[in-house]
Amino acid sequence: MEASTPTAPPAVALGEGLGATLRRLANKYGLLVVLLALPVYYGIKDLTGPEHDLSRLANNLFSGLSNGSILALIAVGYTLVYGIIELINFAHGDVFMIGSFTASQFWSSVLGIGLATSTFGVVGGILVSLVVAMLVCGVLNVMIERVAYRPLRSAPKLAPLITAVGMSFVLQNVGLLWLGGSPAGVDDLIHAQQQVFKVAGIAVQRADLLAFAVTIPLVLLMVAFISTTRLGKAMRATAQDPDAARLMGINVDTTISATFLIGGMLAGAAGLIYALYQTTIWFFQGFQNGLLAFTAAVMGGIGNIKGAVLGGLIIGCIQQISDNRIGPEWTAAVVFAYLILIMVFRPQGLLGEETREAG
Amino acid sequence: MAVATDKAAQGRFGIRRPALPPWFSPAAAAVCVLVAAVLPLFFQQASGFIDDSTLALAYTVMALGLNVVVGFAGLLDLGYLAFFAIGALCTGWFSSGFYGNANVHVGVSKFQQSLPGIHLNWLLVVVIAMLFCALAGVIIGMPTLRLRGDYIAIVTLAFGEIIRVFVTNGDELKIGSNPLTAGRAGISPIDGISFTGGQPFNQLDLRPWYWTALGMVLIVLFCNIRLRDSRLGRAWIAIREDEVAAASMGVPLVKTKLLSYATGAAFGGAAGAFLGAYLNTVNADQFAFSFSIFILAMIILGGLGSIWGVVVGAVVLSFINYRLIPDTLNGLPGTFGLDFELAQLSFGIFGFLLVIMMVLRPQGLLPERRREMELEEHIGADEQFVQVQA
Repeated sequence: MEASTPTAPPAVALGEGLGATLRRLANKYGLLVVLLALPVYYGIKDLTGPEHDLSRLANNLFSGLSNGSILALIAVGYTLVYGIIELINFAHGDVFMIGSFTASQFWSSVLGIGLATSTFGVVGGILVSLVVAMLVCGVLNVMIERVAYRPLRSAPKLAPLITAVGMSFVLQNVGLLWLGGSPAGVDDLIHAQQQVFKVAGIAVQRADLLAFAVTIPLVLLMVAFISTTRLGKAMRATAQDPDAARLMGINVDTTISATFLIGGMLAGAAGLIYALYQTTIWFFQGFQNGLLAFTAAVMGGIGNIKGAVLGGLIIGCIQQISDNRIGPEWTAAVVFAYLILIMVFRPQGLLGEETREAG
Repeated sequence: MAVATDKAAQGRFGIRRPALPPWFSPAAAAVCVLVAAVLPLFFQQASGFIDDSTLALAYTVMALGLNVVVGFAGLLDLGYLAFFAIGALCTGWFSSGFYGNANVHVGVSKFQQSLPGIHLNWLLVVVIAMLFCALAGVIIGMPTLRLRGDYIAIVTLAFGEIIRVFVTNGDELKIGSNPLTAGRAGISPIDGISFTGGQPFNQLDLRPWYWTALGMVLIVLFCNIRLRDSRLGRAWIAIREDEVAAASMGVPLVKTKLLSYATGAAFGGAAGAFLGAYLNTVNADQFAFSFSIFILAMIILGGLGSIWGVVVGAVVLSFINYRLIPDTLNGLPGTFGLDFELAQLSFGIFGFLLVIMMVLRPQGLLPERRREMELEEHIGADEQFVQVQA
C-alpha cells in the first residue's frame, strides 16, 4: 500500500552547522537507537552478570519474533485500512478477539476436537477452523465498515473514529457474553510449550513453529495479491487518490470492502494462532493486543505493509523483553512509551512516508 | 454560502427552530438551577437518588472539562481518565493517612489533627489537584502538537494507559520508603470535605455532598460559557474548524492548544478530587479506558461543543449507568429467558449509543448552532471523500 515516491536526499548546504547535522542524524537514527536500547542494555547486563552468555536474551528475542508475528498479522489489518480510508479501525483488535473465540469454539463444539483426537484430526481440524475464523472475521469487518464507517465518509474525521471506538465496545461485550468475564482456557491441542529442538541455546517450541507456519505464507500471499491482482491494484490506486481512482472506473466502495475483508481475515488467522499459542482467551485480549498491533503499525510507518510486519516483530521483542525482565504488569507502559516516542520523533515510522496527518 | 446558512438555520432535517423570546434561556436556566438546588430536600438524607445525583453532577463537571478539549478545540482526547486518576490521587495523597510518617495538618477539624498523615483542607486539595492536572495536561498535550486528527486520540489514549499502569502498580514504586499509590488495594479512608475546618461531611447525610457538587457544576458552567465567548474560546473554535486558516489569521497554535488541554484537565482534576473524597477510596480499578469512553459518550450524546447539551448528556448517561441499568432494567434479559444481567452490558450499550448517535444524529441532542453548520458544510472532513460524495 506504500505510495513510494522517490525522494532526493536533502542537499547539504555548505557551512551547515554542527547542530543541524546532529538533528539530521537524530532524525535518521534516533528511533533505531531507542529501539536498540533495551536489548543492548540487557545484553551487557547478561554478559557481565553471573550467566556470562546471551542465551536468555536470545530466547527473549526468539519468542518475541514468534509472538510478534501474531501482532504483525493484526498490524497489517490496521495499516491496510489506514492506507485506504485514513481511519484507525479501533474495532480491529476486537475482530481479532472474535477470531480467537470463533476458532476455539468451532473446533471444540462443532468439530468435537479435544486432547484425545489423533494428530491427523487435529491438523485437519485446525485448518478447517482457520478457514472458518478467517471467513467470519472478514465478513464481520466488512459489515462493520458498511454499518459504522461508510455512512460517515463525508463527516468530520473524528466521527468515524468515535464510531470505531463504539464498535470496539460492542464487540467486547459480545465476547463478554459469549465466554464470560474471566479468561477461558483452550485445550492445548498442539502441546504449545513442548520443545521441538534447540539451536544455539534457543529453545524452539511447537507454538513458535505454528506461528511462523501460518503467518509467513499468509503475509506472502497477501503481498502477492496486492501487488499483482486487479483488485490489489485497485486498492493501491484508491489508497493514493480515491477521486482519481473513481474517475478511472474503479468501484471505490467495493475496493474498500475488499480491504476490510482482507484485514479481517488476517485478524481471524491471528486469533486462531493466539488461542493455540496462549491457550487462554478472554474478551479483553482484543483491546490489549489491538493497541500493541496499532503501535506496531505506527512504528513501521502506517500505510506500509512491510513496515507493519517489521513493526509487529519489533513490538513482539520489546514485549517479551519487558515481560521477562521488567515484569508483565509494566509491559503496557513500556510499549506505550515507545509509541509516544515514535510519535514525537519520527511520526512517519521506520519505513513510512510522511503522511498528511502525522507530518 | 447564503444558501448554506439558510439551510443550517432550518436545521438538519429541515425543521425550523421555534423563535424563543430573549428572556427564555436565562429564565429556563434559573428555574433548572433552583429545582436542582431544592431537589434533595424531598429525599431522605442518605437515599440512593441523592447518591446517583451527586455522581451525575460530578460527571457533569468531568464532561464539561472534556468538552473544552474535544468540543471546543476539536482535539479528540481518549485519555481523560488520567485526570480523574490524578485528581483522585491528590485527595489520596493530601487528605488521608496514606503517608503515615508525615504529619501535616492545614485547616482541618480537631479530630483529624490528631491523626497521622497529610490532612489538608479540601479546598487546598482541589487547587493542588487542578494544578497537577493542568501540568499533566500540558505534558500530554506536548507530543500531540505536531499531530492532527486521530493520531492525537492514540497518543492521549497511550498516556491514559501509562497513567493507569502507574496507578495500578504504584505500590511497587517507592519514593524514599513511601509507595506512590496503593494499587488495587486502594487508599481508604479519605477525609470528608469540610470547608471551614469543622466537622467534615459524612456518608450518612449526602445532601452537603450534593450541594458541593452542584456548586462545582455552576462554577464550571460559568467558566465554560465565559471561556467559549472569550478570545481564547473563539481561537479554540477556529482551530477546530480549520487549523491552517486559524494559524494564518494569527492564532498561536501551540499556546492555544496547550491551554485547552490544561483547562480541560484542570476541570477533570477538580471532579476527580471531589470523587476521591466522595467515594472514600482511590483504587486502581476505578480507572479504566471505559471511563474515558463513558465521558466521551456524554459529550457525543449532548452535542460536541454545546455546553447545555453536554450537561444534559452527562446527567442522562449517569442516570442510565447508575440507576436505569443496574436497578430498573437489570433483570430485563432474565424476563426474556436470557442468562445475563443488563449491568454486564453497560459499556456495550454506550458503544452502541456512540455508533447510533454518530450515524443518525452526529450533532447531538442539543446541538450547538455553529457545530451544526460545520456538519452541514463538511468542515473538517476529508476533502477527497467530500468531493466524491458531492
